Amino acid sequence: MLLTAFWFFASLMILFGLSVVLLRNPVSCAMSLVLCFISLAALFVTLDATFIGIIQVLVYAGAVMVLFLFIIMLLDLKAEKSRRLNVGATLGGTLVVAGFLALLVRVIHSLPSLSEPLPELPASQASDVKMIGFTLFHSFGLPFEVVGVLLLSATVGVVVLSRKSLR
Amino acid sequence: MPTLANYLIASGLLFSVGLAGVLLRRSIIIIFMSLEMMLSAANLSLVAFSRYGLVSGHQNFNAQVLVFFIITVAAAEVAVGLAIIVSLFRARQTTHVEDLDTLKF
Repeated sequence: MLLTAFWFFASLMILFGLSVVLLRNPVSCAMSLVLCFISLAALFVTLDATFIGIIQVLVYAGAVMVLFLFIIMLLDLKAEKSRRLNVGATLGGTLVVAGFLALLVRVIHSLPSLSEPLPELPASQASDVKMIGFTLFHSFGLPFEVVGVLLLSATVGVVVLSRKSLR
Repeated sequence: MPTLANYLIASGLLFSVGLAGVLLRRSIIIIFMSLEMMLSAANLSLVAFSRYGLVSGHQNFNAQVLVFFIITVAAAEVAVGLAIIVSLFRARQTTHVEDLDTLKF
Protein backbone atom coordinates (compact mmCIF):
# COMPACT_ATOMS: atom_id res chain seq x y z
CA MET A 1 0.00 0.00 0.00
CA LEU A 2 2.66 2.47 1.11
CA LEU A 3 4.94 1.26 -1.68
CA THR A 4 2.22 1.84 -4.30
CA ALA A 5 1.60 5.34 -2.92
CA PHE A 6 5.34 6.06 -2.99
CA TRP A 7 5.81 4.99 -6.61
CA PHE A 8 2.63 6.75 -7.75
CA PHE A 9 3.44 10.10 -6.15
CA ALA A 10 7.19 9.94 -6.86
CA SER A 11 6.62 9.33 -10.57
CA LEU A 12 3.95 12.04 -10.66
CA MET A 13 6.39 14.45 -8.97
CA ILE A 14 9.21 13.72 -11.43
CA LEU A 15 6.81 13.87 -14.40
CA PHE A 16 5.48 17.32 -13.48
CA GLY A 17 9.01 18.45 -12.58
CA LEU A 18 10.11 17.48 -16.10
CA SER A 19 7.19 19.33 -17.64
CA VAL A 20 8.26 22.50 -15.74
CA VAL A 21 11.60 22.27 -17.54
CA LEU A 22 10.24 21.22 -20.95
CA LEU A 23 7.06 23.29 -21.47
CA ARG A 24 7.37 26.66 -23.20
CA ASN A 25 4.38 28.58 -21.80
CA PRO A 26 5.26 30.04 -18.34
CA VAL A 27 1.70 29.62 -17.04
CA SER A 28 1.71 25.87 -17.81
CA CYS A 29 5.15 25.68 -16.15
CA ALA A 30 3.74 27.27 -12.99
CA MET A 31 0.70 24.97 -12.94
CA SER A 32 2.97 21.90 -13.39
CA LEU A 33 5.06 23.14 -10.50
CA VAL A 34 1.91 23.37 -8.33
CA LEU A 35 1.09 19.72 -9.12
CA CYS A 36 4.73 18.75 -8.51
CA PHE A 37 4.60 20.36 -5.04
CA ILE A 38 1.27 18.69 -4.24
CA SER A 39 2.75 15.25 -5.09
CA LEU A 40 5.76 16.14 -2.94
CA ALA A 41 3.37 16.95 -0.06
CA ALA A 42 1.78 13.51 -0.55
CA LEU A 43 5.26 11.96 -0.27
CA PHE A 44 5.72 13.84 3.02
CA VAL A 45 2.45 12.31 4.25
CA THR A 46 3.70 8.79 3.35
CA LEU A 47 6.68 9.59 5.62
CA ASP A 48 4.28 10.35 8.55
CA ALA A 49 5.10 14.08 8.38
CA THR A 50 1.52 15.31 8.01
CA PHE A 51 2.20 18.81 9.33
CA ILE A 52 5.07 19.38 6.88
CA GLY A 53 2.87 18.06 4.06
CA ILE A 54 0.11 20.50 4.95
CA ILE A 55 2.38 23.55 5.17
CA GLN A 56 3.97 22.46 1.88
CA VAL A 57 0.55 22.69 0.23
CA LEU A 58 -0.42 25.92 2.03
CA VAL A 59 2.84 27.84 1.65
CA TYR A 60 4.39 26.46 -1.55
CA ALA A 61 1.50 25.26 -3.69
CA GLY A 62 -0.70 28.05 -2.34
CA ALA A 63 1.07 31.30 -1.48
CA VAL A 64 4.35 31.02 -3.39
CA MET A 65 2.87 29.74 -6.65
CA VAL A 66 0.08 32.35 -6.58
CA LEU A 67 2.84 34.96 -6.31
CA PHE A 68 4.62 33.38 -9.30
CA LEU A 69 1.43 33.34 -11.39
CA PHE A 70 0.69 36.93 -10.36
CA ILE A 71 4.14 38.08 -11.56
CA ILE A 72 3.87 36.06 -14.81
CA MET A 73 0.56 37.73 -15.59
CA LEU A 74 1.73 41.17 -14.39
CA LEU A 75 4.74 41.06 -16.72
CA ASP A 76 2.53 39.50 -19.45
CA LEU A 77 5.13 36.88 -20.33
CA LYS A 78 4.43 35.05 -23.57
CA ALA A 79 5.61 31.57 -24.49
CA GLU A 80 9.33 31.60 -25.15
CA LYS A 81 10.21 31.73 -28.82
CA SER A 82 12.42 28.85 -29.80
CA ARG A 83 15.80 30.45 -30.27
CA ARG A 84 18.75 28.67 -31.78
CA LEU A 85 19.89 26.08 -29.25
CA ASN A 86 23.25 26.87 -27.69
CA VAL A 87 24.86 23.47 -28.29
CA GLY A 88 27.79 23.93 -25.90
CA ALA A 89 25.59 25.04 -22.99
CA THR A 90 23.02 22.28 -23.58
CA LEU A 91 25.68 19.60 -23.81
CA GLY A 92 27.49 20.92 -20.73
CA GLY A 93 24.27 21.16 -18.72
CA THR A 94 23.18 17.64 -19.61
CA LEU A 95 26.65 16.33 -18.78
CA VAL A 96 26.71 18.02 -15.35
CA VAL A 97 23.24 16.71 -14.46
CA ALA A 98 23.98 13.15 -15.68
CA GLY A 99 27.28 13.13 -13.78
CA PHE A 100 25.62 14.30 -10.57
CA LEU A 101 22.86 11.69 -10.87
CA ALA A 102 25.30 8.85 -11.63
CA LEU A 103 27.44 9.79 -8.63
CA LEU A 104 24.36 9.95 -6.37
CA VAL A 105 23.06 6.53 -7.45
CA ARG A 106 26.52 5.02 -6.99
CA VAL A 107 26.90 6.42 -3.47
CA ILE A 108 23.38 5.34 -2.42
CA HIS A 109 23.91 1.79 -3.71
CA SER A 110 27.26 1.51 -1.95
CA LEU A 111 25.61 2.01 1.46
CA PRO A 112 23.66 -1.13 2.48
CA SER A 113 22.23 0.58 5.59
CA LEU A 114 20.01 2.71 3.33
CA SER A 115 18.05 -0.37 2.19
CA GLU A 116 16.66 -1.25 5.62
CA PRO A 117 12.84 -1.42 5.82
CA LEU A 118 10.75 1.35 7.34
CA PRO A 119 11.06 1.23 11.16
CA GLU A 120 7.78 0.97 13.06
CA LEU A 121 6.59 4.00 15.02
CA PRO A 122 5.25 3.45 18.56
CA ALA A 123 1.45 3.19 18.56
CA SER A 124 0.95 5.77 21.32
CA GLN A 125 2.82 8.66 19.73
CA ALA A 126 1.56 12.21 20.23
CA SER A 127 0.42 13.99 17.05
CA ASP A 128 3.29 15.39 15.03
CA VAL A 129 1.95 18.96 15.22
CA LYS A 130 2.27 18.76 19.00
CA MET A 131 5.77 17.28 18.82
CA ILE A 132 6.97 19.85 16.24
CA GLY A 133 5.56 22.68 18.32
CA PHE A 134 7.27 21.31 21.43
CA THR A 135 10.62 20.94 19.62
CA LEU A 136 10.29 24.38 18.01
CA PHE A 137 9.67 26.28 21.24
CA HIS A 138 11.80 24.05 23.46
CA SER A 139 15.08 23.89 21.52
CA PHE A 140 14.75 26.40 18.66
CA GLY A 141 13.59 29.57 20.41
CA LEU A 142 16.32 31.87 19.11
CA PRO A 143 16.16 30.66 15.46
CA PHE A 144 12.39 31.18 15.62
CA GLU A 145 12.87 34.83 16.64
CA VAL A 146 15.55 35.31 13.97
CA VAL A 147 13.18 33.97 11.29
CA GLY A 148 10.63 36.55 12.44
CA VAL A 149 13.19 39.35 11.95
CA LEU A 150 14.13 37.85 8.55
CA LEU A 151 10.50 37.95 7.39
CA LEU A 152 10.19 41.57 8.55
CA SER A 153 13.36 42.62 6.71
CA ALA A 154 12.20 40.76 3.59
CA THR A 155 8.91 42.67 3.71
CA VAL A 156 10.70 46.00 4.06
CA GLY A 157 13.11 45.03 1.28
CA VAL A 158 10.30 44.14 -1.11
CA VAL A 159 8.55 47.46 -0.44
CA VAL A 160 11.77 49.39 -1.08
CA LEU A 161 12.52 47.38 -4.25
CA SER A 162 9.10 47.93 -5.78
CA ARG A 163 9.01 51.72 -5.37
CA LYS A 164 8.87 53.57 -8.65
CA SER A 165 12.25 55.30 -8.39
CA LEU A 166 15.17 53.71 -6.61
CA ARG A 167 17.41 56.32 -5.06
CA MET B 1 7.68 -0.88 2.01
CA PRO B 2 9.79 1.82 0.34
CA THR B 3 13.32 2.09 1.67
CA LEU B 4 15.35 5.18 2.52
CA ALA B 5 17.30 4.64 -0.72
CA ASN B 6 14.05 4.99 -2.74
CA TYR B 7 13.27 8.34 -1.15
CA LEU B 8 16.85 9.58 -1.60
CA ILE B 9 16.81 8.61 -5.29
CA ALA B 10 13.45 10.38 -5.77
CA SER B 11 14.86 13.45 -4.04
CA GLY B 12 18.03 13.31 -6.14
CA LEU B 13 15.98 12.99 -9.34
CA LEU B 14 13.88 16.04 -8.43
CA PHE B 15 17.08 17.96 -7.63
CA SER B 16 18.60 16.96 -11.01
CA VAL B 17 15.47 18.03 -12.88
CA GLY B 18 15.68 21.41 -11.11
CA LEU B 19 19.40 21.68 -11.88
CA ALA B 20 18.71 20.90 -15.55
CA GLY B 21 16.06 23.64 -15.56
CA VAL B 22 18.50 26.18 -14.11
CA LEU B 23 21.19 25.25 -16.63
CA LEU B 24 19.07 24.85 -19.77
CA ARG B 25 16.22 27.36 -19.57
CA ARG B 26 16.64 30.99 -20.60
CA SER B 27 13.65 32.67 -18.93
CA ILE B 28 14.54 34.08 -15.52
CA ILE B 29 11.12 33.17 -14.03
CA ILE B 30 11.49 29.51 -15.04
CA ILE B 31 15.02 29.46 -13.61
CA PHE B 32 13.62 30.77 -10.34
CA MET B 33 10.91 28.07 -10.32
CA SER B 34 13.57 25.39 -10.89
CA LEU B 35 15.49 26.78 -7.91
CA GLU B 36 12.38 26.30 -5.76
CA MET B 37 12.17 22.71 -7.01
CA MET B 38 15.79 22.05 -5.94
CA LEU B 39 15.05 23.49 -2.50
CA SER B 40 12.03 21.19 -2.09
CA ALA B 41 14.13 18.18 -3.13
CA ALA B 42 16.44 18.92 -0.19
CA ASN B 43 13.36 19.07 2.07
CA LEU B 44 12.28 15.61 0.90
CA SER B 45 15.61 14.03 1.86
CA LEU B 46 15.52 15.78 5.26
CA VAL B 47 12.03 14.42 6.03
CA ALA B 48 13.06 10.94 4.82
CA PHE B 49 16.08 10.95 7.14
CA SER B 50 13.87 12.11 10.02
CA ARG B 51 11.48 9.17 9.48
CA TYR B 52 14.14 6.47 9.04
CA GLY B 53 16.57 7.65 11.73
CA LEU B 54 14.42 7.19 14.82
CA VAL B 55 15.54 8.85 18.07
CA SER B 56 14.44 6.74 21.06
CA GLY B 57 11.53 5.30 19.07
CA HIS B 58 10.26 8.63 17.73
CA GLN B 59 10.83 10.45 14.47
CA ASN B 60 13.64 12.98 14.63
CA PHE B 61 11.56 16.14 14.96
CA ASN B 62 14.63 18.39 14.75
CA ALA B 63 14.72 17.62 11.02
CA GLN B 64 11.05 18.53 10.59
CA VAL B 65 11.58 21.83 12.44
CA LEU B 66 14.50 22.50 10.08
CA VAL B 67 12.20 21.85 7.09
CA PHE B 68 9.70 24.29 8.64
CA PHE B 69 12.44 26.96 8.79
CA ILE B 70 13.55 26.20 5.22
CA ILE B 71 9.99 26.68 3.93
CA THR B 72 9.72 30.00 5.81
CA VAL B 73 13.02 31.28 4.42
CA ALA B 74 12.07 30.09 0.92
CA ALA B 75 8.82 32.07 1.08
CA ALA B 76 10.75 35.23 2.02
CA GLU B 77 13.30 34.49 -0.71
CA VAL B 78 10.59 34.14 -3.37
CA ALA B 79 9.06 37.48 -2.39
CA VAL B 80 12.40 39.32 -2.62
CA GLY B 81 13.44 37.50 -5.81
CA LEU B 82 10.21 38.29 -7.62
CA ALA B 83 10.45 41.96 -6.55
CA ILE B 84 13.96 42.04 -8.06
CA ILE B 85 12.63 40.46 -11.28
CA VAL B 86 9.83 43.04 -11.48
CA SER B 87 12.22 45.97 -11.04
CA LEU B 88 14.58 44.36 -13.56
CA PHE B 89 11.72 44.09 -16.04
CA ARG B 90 10.84 47.75 -15.42
CA ALA B 91 14.40 48.80 -16.17
CA ARG B 92 15.15 46.54 -19.16
CA GLN B 93 11.79 45.26 -20.50
CA THR B 94 13.04 41.67 -20.67
CA THR B 95 13.24 38.54 -18.54
CA HIS B 96 15.48 36.67 -20.93
CA VAL B 97 18.90 35.95 -19.40
CA GLU B 98 20.77 36.27 -22.70
CA ASP B 99 19.59 39.88 -23.05
CA LEU B 100 21.04 40.75 -19.62
CA ASP B 101 24.76 40.82 -20.38
CA THR B 102 25.86 44.22 -19.02
CA LEU B 103 28.21 42.62 -16.51
CA LYS B 104 29.64 40.22 -19.09
CA PHE B 105 33.33 40.83 -19.79
